[in-house]
Amino acid sequence: MSGYYGRPVLKAPAWRWPIPAYFFTGGLAASSSTLAYAARRTGRHRLARTALATSSAAVAASAAFLIEDLGRPARFLNMLRVAKVTSPMSVGTWLLTAFGAATTAATVSDLTGRLPSLGRGAEPVAAVLGPTIATYTAVLVADTAVPAWHDAYRELPFVFAASAAASGGAAATLLAPWAESASARTLAGAGAAAELAATAVMERRLGPTTGSPYHHGRAAALGRAAKALTATGAALVATGDRPALARTGAAAILGGALLTRFSVFEAGVSSAAGGATQG
Amino acid sequence: MTAPRRVGFFTDTSICIGCKACEVACKEWNEVPDDGLHFLASSYDNTGALGANTWRHVAFVEQPTGANAGGGVRWLMSSDVCKHCTRAACLDVCPTGSLFRTEFGSVVVQSDVCNGCGYCVSACPFGVIDKREEDGRAWKCTLCYDRLKGGMQPACAAACPTGSIQFGPLDDLRTRAGARCDDLHRAGVADARLYLHDAGDGIEGAGAFFLLLDEPEVYGLPPDPVVTTRDLPAMWRAAAAAALALAGGIAAAFARRR
Repeated sequence: MSGYYGRPVLKAPAWRWPIPAYFFTGGLAASSSTLAYAARRTGRHRLARTALATSSAAVAASAAFLIEDLGRPARFLNMLRVAKVTSPMSVGTWLLTAFGAATTAATVSDLTGRLPSLGRGAEPVAAVLGPTIATYTAVLVADTAVPAWHDAYRELPFVFAASAAASGGAAATLLAPWAESASARTLAGAGAAAELAATAVMERRLGPTTGSPYHHGRAAALGRAAKALTATGAALVATGDRPALARTGAAAILGGALLTRFSVFEAGVSSAAGGATQG
Repeated sequence: MTAPRRVGFFTDTSICIGCKACEVACKEWNEVPDDGLHFLASSYDNTGALGANTWRHVAFVEQPTGANAGGGVRWLMSSDVCKHCTRAACLDVCPTGSLFRTEFGSVVVQSDVCNGCGYCVSACPFGVIDKREEDGRAWKCTLCYDRLKGGMQPACAAACPTGSIQFGPLDDLRTRAGARCDDLHRAGVADARLYLHDAGDGIEGAGAFFLLLDEPEVYGLPPDPVVTTRDLPAMWRAAAAAALALAGGIAAAFARRR
């Protein structure tokens, strides 16, 4: 028994399941908005519409998850009384507010045909903000005293960015017309491969001690399932001209991206409980 | 009017008798809810740890002395508290501005602003601040901000019967602690050491520091705490690089075919 009667030094994270769920929906919303703009610029307007709608739905879910996890949900607007670069949550709140407004405005305009100039102006704004939404969440968990989160700060943004790319590409593969979604399939497959690679680099760089939560218990089980789904999905979307197979693969990639976030989350929970000797 | 001097605690654990008067005084003055009457069966300490409803915690360490089991037992008692770090991670990460630094240099939660996001809980390298489940907000020691404003010392220091908890201007306390540690060394207490006394450490010194008689780990304290936001610029750079890679990846996927 080490430390003070085996008690952990750190407190257990106060965050619950909505936080990793938000990491997934936020990443999906983020890459979908950038994908939508790329589709627009290359003349794939049905793909753009699908991706914008995906982005708006995912950003609405994100806001709901974030407010749900607050101890005092009615006070969520207190986030907007300050702006602090030392707080990734403060930075993220402002980014998400701007991004949510832009992608929602773009979607509503696209679907209703109202205020077309506003809608077309909002699309590049959402496209530029999107990648920041996908990666600031890695800083959010890394900027803690939890070793399995903090010490992964170099690699975690790339894990989350790749996972977001895979999610956005996969959602468009599932929902957009087949004829326009070839680039989305490319993105889904490449994103999935990058997600597996970035995760492998992160786990190796953390080493056996700090990285041990990623190799034991719930985080490891979730991580194994995430990798299996992501790898299977990447293989299936690469099958070429078989819509049913590619869409099955896309669903697997989305599941893998979701489980990747839960694996990282659980690794932190376990790390905080066992980090008795880490300062 | 000039700003008041930075104040804090020097807790000299070598003269702590484990009476827990500090815990009781803190709860009474600050109206901190009870944390349940639990029998932890690990030592005479049944409080366990600092938390949302425990702002002073007296650790009670039982150590066997001598190589064989027939030897005696040494008791180490230590009253733990929020460290009021010079660079406080809880304050840095708070997204509402609920946590702030007072004119006395202490770190305080404004409970009428806190929305219970929980970020401070995972940011603290000491496991001090926690979310109170019943009301959804984060709570910790305030260094008795209300009493300081009234010219009084914190309730725990006032209640301490041995002078183990000393309150005062931080630079005075640091000088006094150094002298006390030297005295103990001269008296043969080779294990005496100061903890969080050095303004050059990973939190740039604490507003509450300690004289310990064993390794910090024995008391449940991290040996080398570092404010997590020290690495934040590097984290933002990594996130910016990843965001650019994501944008580039999407552009590349669409550039390949037309």
